[in-house]
Parts: sequence; C-alpha cells; structure tokens
Amino acid sequence: MLLVLEQCLNGLQFGLLLFLLAAGLTLVFGIMDLVNLAHGSLYMVGAYFAATFTAWTGSFIVGALLALGATLIVGMAVEVIAMRRLYGRDHLDHVLGTFGLILFFNELVRIIWGPAGMSLQLPGWLNAWIEILPDLEYPTYRIAIIVTALVVALFLYLMVMRTRLGMLIRAGASNREMTGALGININLLYTIVFGLGAALAALAGLMQAPIQTVQIGMGENILILAFVVIIIGGIGSIRGAFIAAILVGLIDTLGRAFLPDLMRLFMSSRGASQVAPALSSMLIYLLMAIVLVVRPAGLFPVSNK
Amino acid sequence: MTAWFTLRNVVVAGLLIVLALVPVYASVTGNAFLMTLFTRIVILAMAATSLNLILGYGGMVSFGHAVYLGFGGYAVGILAQEGMASGFLQWPMALAASALFALIVGALSLRTRGVYFIMITLAFAQLAYYFAVGLERYGGDDGLTIQRRSQFAGLINLSNRTVFYYLCLLLLVGTIYLVWRLANSRFGLVIQGSRSNDRRMQAIGFPTYRYRLVSFVIAGTICGFAGALLANHTGFISPAIMHWTRSGDLIVMVVLGGMASSFGPLIGAVALLVLEETLPPLIRLIAFPFVEQPVALKISEYWQIVLGPLFLLVVLFARGGINGLLKAVGRD
Amino acid sequence: MTDALLQIEGLSKRFGGVVASDDISLDVPKRELHAIIGPNGGGKTTLIGELAGEIVPDDGRIRFDGDDITGLSIYRRSALGLARSFQITSLFLDFTALDNVALAVQAHSGHSFRFWRNARRDPELREPACAALARVGLAQRADVMVANLSHGEHRQLEIAMALATKPRMLLLDEPMAGMGPEESARMVRTLRELKQELTILLVEHDMEAVFALADRITVLVYGRVIASGTPEAIRANVEVRQAYLGEQEVAGHG
Repeated sequence: MLLVLEQCLNGLQFGLLLFLLAAGLTLVFGIMDLVNLAHGSLYMVGAYFAATFTAWTGSFIVGALLALGATLIVGMAVEVIAMRRLYGRDHLDHVLGTFGLILFFNELVRIIWGPAGMSLQLPGWLNAWIEILPDLEYPTYRIAIIVTALVVALFLYLMVMRTRLGMLIRAGASNREMTGALGININLLYTIVFGLGAALAALAGLMQAPIQTVQIGMGENILILAFVVIIIGGIGSIRGAFIAAILVGLIDTLGRAFLPDLMRLFMSSRGASQVAPALSSMLIYLLMAIVLVVRPAGLFPVSNK
Repeated sequence: MTAWFTLRNVVVAGLLIVLALVPVYASVTGNAFLMTLFTRIVILAMAATSLNLILGYGGMVSFGHAVYLGFGGYAVGILAQEGMASGFLQWPMALAASALFALIVGALSLRTRGVYFIMITLAFAQLAYYFAVGLERYGGDDGLTIQRRSQFAGLINLSNRTVFYYLCLLLLVGTIYLVWRLANSRFGLVIQGSRSNDRRMQAIGFPTYRYRLVSFVIAGTICGFAGALLANHTGFISPAIMHWTRSGDLIVMVVLGGMASSFGPLIGAVALLVLEETLPPLIRLIAFPFVEQPVALKISEYWQIVLGPLFLLVVLFARGGINGLLKAVGRD
Repeated sequence: MTDALLQIEGLSKRFGGVVASDDISLDVPKRELHAIIGPNGGGKTTLIGELAGEIVPDDGRIRFDGDDITGLSIYRRSALGLARSFQITSLFLDFTALDNVALAVQAHSGHSFRFWRNARRDPELREPACAALARVGLAQRADVMVANLSHGEHRQLEIAMALATKPRMLLLDEPMAGMGPEESARMVRTLRELKQELTILLVEHDMEAVFALADRITVLVYGRVIASGTPEAIRANVEVRQAYLGEQEVAGHG
C-alpha cells in the first residue's frame, strides 16, 4: 500500500514536470499557432546552464535562477531571430524549421559543453529524505519539485486569469487581428510568451537534471510526451495540460511500476519481464490514440478564432 | 535536344554517372570506405524517395517513416538469428511486415490532419522503438548483429561489395522511376490534389482517405525494402534506427533535396552524407593557411552547426530545395 | 411535390447558442433556378454546407431525387450528381486551370487506382476538361497556374469544375462575389445557358442577377425562411423589404 502511495507521488512529480514543459508548448501553440519541436532543446539548454552555473557559484538555487534567466534570454532571442518568420505559415513549415533548430542546438551544446553529458549534484539539504508518513520516507528533492511546480502552476493560473498580461494573452489567443488592431504590440507580446515558455521548459529541465543525466538529445525524448499531454489536454488549454500531464505522469509511472506484476498474473515471469517494459512505454501512446478517436479536440478544448 | 541541357539535368546526370562509377574508382584506388559510404547513400536515397511520395507529393508529414527501415532490418535480422538466412524468405517478410504496419498506422493516422497527424506518426514511431527495445531475445537496446548477408541460393552473392552496390543502385533507380510514374498517374494526381486542397477533392467526388492510405502503404513497403538492404549492408540492426529523429533525417533529405521532384531525395541524401564526410577535411584544408591547426580541427568537427540554420533557411526561402535552386539558376 | 429534385424538410442546426438553420423547408423542382437571398449571417452558407455534406444538421431531412442524403458523405453526394461551388475560392492553386477541371472529370471517370499512365496525357480526362473550360470562357487560360488567374477567372473556374462532374444540380455559393459589372454580366449569361439543362440552387447578394435569373426566390433571415415564391411576389413582400431595408439603414449609418 505504501509502495502504491510512493509510486503515486513519483507519478505526480513526473506529471508536474511534464506540465511545466507542456504549459510552455501549449501556450505557444495556442497563441501563436506555432508548433515548436525545438521546445525540448530549451529544456536541454536550461539543464546545461543549471549544471554550469551551479558548478560556478556552488549554489544550486543561484545556479537554477541564473539558468532560468539565461534560457529566458535565449528563448526570446530565438523568437526574434527565427520564430517570427514562421508565424502564419503552414504547420509543416513549423515542424521542419524547428527541427532544423533542434539540429542547431544539439550541435551548439556539443561545441560548448562537449559530447559527454554533465551531472548536477544536489546540495546536501536537498539530498535527503522526509518522513511524510510513518514508515514512508520520501526524497526531499522530489517533494521540492512537486511544491515548486504547484506554485508555478498557481502563478501561471493567476497570471493568465487575473493580470493584464494574461488578459492580453487570452485575447491574442482568441483573436489575433483584433488584438493587433487595438494597438497592442503583438510582436512584444509574442516574444514575452515565447520567453515564458522557454523559462518553463528550462525549469523542467533543471529540476529533472539531478535525477537523470544532462546530455545532448535529452529534450527529444520528453518532447513527445509533452506533445501527447497537450493533445490529450487540448491544444491551447493550460488547465487541460495540467490535468493531462498529471494523468500521463501517473499512468506512466504506475504502469512501469506495477505492470510487470500485473502481467505475471497472465504469463510466465520471464515473459512478463520482457513484455512489461515495452507495454508500459506504449501505454501513454495508446491513451493518446484513444483520446484522439473519442475526443479529437482534447479533453478541454479551447474554442478558436 | 538542347532544351534538355539545363543546369539541373546536367547535375543529375553527372550524379548518376558518378554513382555508377563509384565501384570502379574504389577498386582502382583501393578505397573501400568509399564503397561503404556510397552504398549507404544509395540505400538511404531509396528510403528518402519513398518518403517523398507521401511527403513531397502527398503532403503527409510522417515522423515515423524510419520505422520501416527498422521493420525491414529486423525481418532480416530476426530470421537470420533463427537460422533462416534465405533472402527469398527474409525480403518478402520485410516487405510484408512493413506493409502491414503501414496499413495499421495509416488507417489510424490518416483520419487526422496537420499537427495531429504528425504527432500520431511520431507516437507510432515511439511505440515501434520501445517494442524493439523490449525484444530481449533479439538484442533489445543493444541491437542485433547479423552474421551473414541474405542468401539467394547462388543466384547472387551479396557478400561481394560491388555486386551488392550495383543491386542497391539498380533498386534506387527503379524506385525513382516507380515513384515518378506513380506521381503522374491518376492515382498520383489524387494524392497531389489531396495535398493541395483536400476539401475540394472531396467536394468534386474523391474518397481521398483510401487513396492516401494506399500511398502510405506503398511508401512504407518500399522503405522496408531499403531497411532490408541496410541491414545487409551494416550487418547490424538496432531500435535506434526507428527513433523519430531518424525519420527527421529522412525528412531533411527530402526537403533539402527538393520535395515533389524525382531526384530531389537523392540529391538530398548525397548532399547530407557527402557533406558529413568530405566537409571536415575540406574545411581543414581551406582553413589551414588562415588559422592554427587546432582551430581548424575544431571548425571542421563542428561544421554541422550550420546544418540546422541552413535547413531552416531552406524551409523559409527555398522551398524547392536544391533541385529547385538548380532549376531557378538554370533558367537565368 | 414528388416532382422536386431537391426536397428540404425541417432542416435545423445550432452552433452553441446561435441558430444557423431554423426549420428550413423548401422544394426545388427539376430545371428550376432557385435563388436564396437574405442578409449576411442569415444562414445561407450553413444551408449550402448542409446540402453539400460538410455540416451535419441537428434535425430534418434532405432528399435528392427521392433518396435521403441527409447523412451521406461529401464525396458520395458528388457522385449522385450534386455539385457545389465555393463562396471563398477553393481551388488547386499549384495546378493549371486545365489540371483543376481535369481532376473534377477524373473524379467521375471510375476509380483512380491507376498507377502507370500519365494522367495529364489522358484524352479521356483532358477533352471533357477543355470543353468545360470553353463553356465558361476560360479556354485561353487552360495552361495558366490557378494562382496566377484573376479573381473573376477563379469564379469562372469554380463553375467549370462543378460542370465537369456531370451534375444534375448545382449548388452555387455566391458565384459573383467580388466580380465587376462586366464579369457579372458574363456569369449571368453562363448561368442562363446552364439553367436549361440543370437544376440550380443559387445563393447570391447581387440582386440584379438574382432577379434576372431566378424562377423562384427564398428569403432566409436568421436561419428562417421568411418568404418563398416568384420574384414578383418577393419584391412585393413587406417583411422582405423590411429585412433588407432595415439592413440598408444600418449600412447607411455604418
């Protein structure tokens, strides 16, 4: 029972991380109608920055904050230089163009940081356990991730729903021309939104970094999951991304943890240990396929311009 | 007759002549590496040409096309592992497995459009990838070594590099011809029309789904064939070949070379792979008089960084790819 | 009226809170040119969408030559002889005018699972296409890329494509949209010729053309039929004048 709870927490943590990544993706897609495959590259860049700045400053927190700032700048630069030319074009052009950016970032990282990965060491106080229930100790760091992500999610919600910027974002999403006609600087708005997405991706990347290694191409694998999340949740919907991300995180984690045992009920132990990992990886995609068949616009579709 | 001598036609003809003479040159100079490189180019060009049918002509952006390279390769590898080295069994299996998977993926994906379609093909690619990783018996993540090339009962000896190369070249040319004929047939016009304006196609009476599905299966099957060849060439197959970024490489070849053109994919494959091999030494050569040795070395190692932005520029400004550029320049 | 080629019964459609079609019923007998007019947003395009198969009505029936086609897919309606032109030009821009029409011919020349012969050299497709182009006066422009044709030529091409599908009935959605007086006059002449062989449902804003061509007119306001009858009856109808007069007043202050 405690094992299930622990895995649920793991799933929640993974899901929240996915949410941070997916939120930026769905914002950019919903507002600028831009499919950004290079979003995973910003995730990677954020992790690399964090590893480097932490090593320089000796502080994980300072390193993380610097990494966020640096990736924010990189994101805005990419928007101004490259993304602007893609707005209004076919989605195919977006996919191809941003794929080119993936190639670019992978090479750039290779040049600056070398082909071998990096590791990010947690400070002692994070590298501990908290007893959240009698008999259940849970890593402090994962709790920190959960708390941070929830705070950011709340902040996002408040920003989009309550602030002027958020109102502009929602207006821009539902009617681009009108917002432009009202004299709002659409270019600036888009740059800010893209930068925000980049920062969120960086946050996800740097928080994930201590758990897994920081390496070239780390963005490509998780990017697909992020896309699955926003398709399930509904493109353009942050709320949808939140719910879908938690769902995906839980299903993926619980699936990996318990599917082998479940399979052992039906087949030999050897067979189960062979089939289960593949099957649990496939679960998410099966879920997406089902959602696309039943509710093609996602669980929380955003009504469009 | 003089109308034939456009820049683009001359370049393409020259390229074909070069390809035909590679084994001759390689044996004269004893450069075995050249044979390896160009065999790989020819096989991947075949895969890219098959992708062009659905991507260039049909507008179906499949990020799962490399999966068929995997299916073809694993058909050869798995059967070889189980002691069935006969090409007469392996190659038809490669085609059948690819065709079946393409049918399933296509049937489900083609109900969607745009970015949803891209995502589903990507998801299926990941499914195939993870499935292969789970195949412990056949190497799993580490991959599977293939000890012997496909055997054809003495009819043709694929272990002979030259013979194998010419077989691949022949199949490449055959594929280019086939895709050309398909693209301009009634069938091909339906595919192209569907890319141009699917809504209109339906309005004038075409049930476009079934045609696009058939094109999807044809493309996947041809790519499966290329996969069988590739596995024979490298003597190895692993899940990595099915990763969605490998499909991205194929897309780059098609777009860079020139979508919806017969020789575009070949040009793209050549451009990409030849550049990969020849540019570093070339850069070293050129840079040597101007910068120090270590710097020149570094520059030649990292040239790939221009590939990304270059590709972006092609997407933005040179939609016809290299083939289109050749045509445009040739006109002036 | 069993004589009617097209029978619409009680067609209704809501989009969220908006009623696009409100219990529309009308019949179009063979060889009639029936015009649908009404202020913008009146539900005319929705009606065409429902007849063409792009929009599924919430309620009601559509019968074509006696067969219920309410749930039929778009391409099957074309096969039955119901051809449609688009209000906003929807052509194959990267093909020539002849290619465009030839595709329409091809759609009705059996299946297209033919993988070998060059379709652009197939007289079975090219000849009828040329004929259709000539019909609308575009013969000279056959080999021009559609993207390079003028707006008026686009509208003509729309008609040519509809004709190439060997239809029994045409659904024309504002064919004269954006046309100058000369082009409109030519279109009216073309439609007058076509009237003699085909049944036509014409959605239009150009009142001159409507009154010149229509055998009967139906007026659609907020998705509802407020009047239906001969052009004279419609001209005299008080409600219709109000609906249009009202609109004109608003336009005057806009």
